[in-house]
Amino acid sequence: MNKSATQDKAILKTVKFEILRYNPAGKESPHLENYSVPITKGMTVLDGLTWIKEHLDSSLSWRSSCRMGICGSCGMFINGLPRLACNNQIVHLHSDRVVVKPLPNYDIIRDLVPDLESLFNKHRSVKPYLIRQDASEQDKPTGEFFQSEQELLNYIQFAYCIKCGLCMAACPTVATSEEYAGPQSLTAGWRYISDTRDEGASERQDVLYSSHGVYRCHFAGACSQVCPKGVDPALAIQMAKRDAFMKGFGFGKARKASSVMSPVQDWTPRGDIPNAPEKTAGNTGSKSEP
Amino acid sequence: MQQRLKNRLGLLGWLGGGRYGMDRYAYALHRLTGLGILAYFILHIFVTGRRLGGQEQWESTMAFFSTPIFKIGEFLIVLAFAFHAVNGIRLILVELGWLIGKPGVPSFPYSYSTLRHKPLFIVFMVFAAALMIIGGADFYLVLR
Amino acid sequence: MRESRLWFWHILSAVVILVLLGLHMGTMHLSELLHMIGIGSGDPVQSEQVFHRSQQAVYMIIYILLLGTGLFHGLYGLRSIFFELSLSRTLEKLIGGVLAVAGIALFVYGTYVAVLLFQTSGV
Repeated sequence: MNKSATQDKAILKTVKFEILRYNPAGKESPHLENYSVPITKGMTVLDGLTWIKEHLDSSLSWRSSCRMGICGSCGMFINGLPRLACNNQIVHLHSDRVVVKPLPNYDIIRDLVPDLESLFNKHRSVKPYLIRQDASEQDKPTGEFFQSEQELLNYIQFAYCIKCGLCMAACPTVATSEEYAGPQSLTAGWRYISDTRDEGASERQDVLYSSHGVYRCHFAGACSQVCPKGVDPALAIQMAKRDAFMKGFGFGKARKASSVMSPVQDWTPRGDIPNAPEKTAGNTGSKSEP
Repeated sequence: MQQRLKNRLGLLGWLGGGRYGMDRYAYALHRLTGLGILAYFILHIFVTGRRLGGQEQWESTMAFFSTPIFKIGEFLIVLAFAFHAVNGIRLILVELGWLIGKPGVPSFPYSYSTLRHKPLFIVFMVFAAALMIIGGADFYLVLR
Repeated sequence: MRESRLWFWHILSAVVILVLLGLHMGTMHLSELLHMIGIGSGDPVQSEQVFHRSQQAVYMIIYILLLGTGLFHGLYGLRSIFFELSLSRTLEKLIGGVLAVAGIALFVYGTYVAVLLFQTSGV
């Protein structure tokens, strides 16, 4: 075993975890419980919770999956901010006290497990899929939709959302309003409206521009601050407001949705790219088959 | 279904609720100053309506409101207006899509709208503070 | 959509108020400073000054404009606050109506005062 591996296992210090416990079947009211956890190099808050479950209290419950910041399951309120437990190393919290509570603005099922139904319902209400007036191309594709690099850059940032729900926990309007669409769904709605392949802007209007849509956002910016993927929902919502404002005045021409590209003709392969291997599977390779 | 625990922050979520950036507190202050100014404004409509009773009634109204407690309240409204107006200019610009940059491809460490406009945010706050100091200077001269 | 239009008027009234209320604040609360550099004669709420202003058309128009825009801007902000408190649909509609009625009533009263004072030629 090399030296760095032994050093990695060395215990740096002991920190105190204060975790909110709540069991709906139990008799106790919600309360904070303390656990002392030894910290090794690179240990994340999620690792700390796993250590507690393995060594101290096997009844501790939470959601996690990928442990690398891409599935969005482990959102919790850690030391004053909504964060992903897997994405935050304990030493980077710069404190000997790690306070872990479930995400605010969601009902709690048990311990650190939030009920994310409200998030998913609001996301569904925004119709988060490409809508075209003539759906035949989507059902039986014949080619690619044209989209320039600039058109892609206009929305790709907002497509990075992993639906972790941290933005909704941070938003002050979501704190008091149950009907407010929230940064996640408004960003998803804008992501599709600004996608040049989409023709469904009018179907999302009732959610985005209603009395509980973008106009209940007041640019507190907390959503963008806590987003673990850099989606910047605050930017998306202000762009949605700007779009409605400009369209209301007739600025900004209504664009036609992008059309299907005809196959490229007369192309020659570059010399340094090898040819594709021969097909080995039995299908005909026709694109019109499901 | 077993009992879910309610966990919405409620009105406390407007005032704080975590270690958030300046923008979130500017939002709370903007609301507070707005409510203060609105309350003053509605009273102001009725107070200035007392001019209908002529000079004597107006002078007695002004005498009633010239005690220090009212003067301090008026000063607070001037401070509130200074903040609300300057922050409001910033909000108009930002909510119409200026000053916050354009979407791109996120790469860590992430750049986002509120972070990008932070220097300008500070400039606006300094401007608001300057207006408050000027207003304060005038009040001091009046009270002297 | 209706909400978009209301928001647009909210922004427009904000811009108008910035100018008019800025002037009003300048008149009322920078009077001593301006007096020190030779403009105006200080104490803007003194009777003669107040009634002198009431009788000028330009001031009447400014005050009525400020009254209208101020009421719309403030009451729309109050409506925003109510709409973020998880109230029922009917209650939201009721509050919207009450605020609209209150705003119109206050505007009518304020305009009546301003116009009446303008028309009477001194007291």
